[in-house]
Amino acid sequence: MPTAVTPEAVEKVIFAGVEEIGAEGEITRDAAFEDLDLDSLDLVELAQIVEDEFGVELDGDAVKDVKTIGDVIDLVVARA
Amino acid sequence: MADGCAIVTGAARGIGAASATALAADGWPVVVNYRSDRDAAERVVAEIEDAGGKAIAHGADISDPSGIEELFARAEEELGTVLVLVNNAGVRADALSPQIGDEEWSKVIDTNLSAAFHATRRALRPMLRARFGRIVNVASIVGLRANAGQANYAASKAGLIGMTRTIAVEVARRGITVNAVAPGLVETKLAEGVGNGLAEAIPARRPGTPEEVAACIRFLCSEDASYVTGTVLTVDGGLSA
Repeated sequence: MPTAVTPEAVEKVIFAGVEEIGAEGEITRDAAFEDLDLDSLDLVELAQIVEDEFGVELDGDAVKDVKTIGDVIDLVVARA
Repeated sequence: MADGCAIVTGAARGIGAASATALAADGWPVVVNYRSDRDAAERVVAEIEDAGGKAIAHGADISDPSGIEELFARAEEELGTVLVLVNNAGVRADALSPQIGDEEWSKVIDTNLSAAFHATRRALRPMLRARFGRIVNVASIVGLRANAGQANYAASKAGLIGMTRTIAVEVARRGITVNAVAPGLVETKLAEGVGNGLAEAIPARRPGTPEEVAACIRFLCSEDASYVTGTVLTVDGGLSA
């Protein structure tokens, strides 16, 4: 069963996911992917983590304008 | 050996069956995918089990995207994460171009090219998470040089080669390799009727065997091939040399 989507739950999963993927630096809502040394493939992987956890699909079109960790959290919450 | 399994599409006979057997011998639990010949697929499974390996047969028409999803779901449920994918399923509908109908065109592109893309896309996300993956696409020398009467087949195989190279560079930094083999004339049911008079033109003076192609696929799927990606390995007895 997918985890219920609340902003707090999404933030927790994404922070943990970003760390697991190998982010460099402090992980905050305002941190940009680029500054965390995360690339487009990392974003694909994060989308997979989100899908596994919440059952929310993030396709290529959805994530193409994503810049910060907060952007992804908001996107997942909005799409749930 | 990573902890996961292999899927070989179109594995009831020919190159697919030989590849499934070879991967199982390397220790991979294998899903033997077939479209219609269940008995043949079960024989491949029995042969693998007799040799001490692990395999299951799964019937699915992979030209239908829902067939791909079911195939992966079954593999993940019974054998674990799919870390090796051999896109082997292929069909032919030969004719000179003016005589290739829409259906003969679509059927060949859908099965040989689109299904391989759908399966690859489905396989990649778990492979990215696992930081390991081996994908081998079974192309053909017809994707590299002309053979009159196979415009649809050639387009599908050339497409497969372009797809192989592109996806290889996209995922290389995650320990995933994507390669193609390009067999020439091989003694299979699919190639029946293709080789009339062709053996003379092959420097090796004979058709290849499914096992000779499978040996190359087995290598490309192995740990030893970790730095080989985006390549097309011709297996054709020197025909395209």
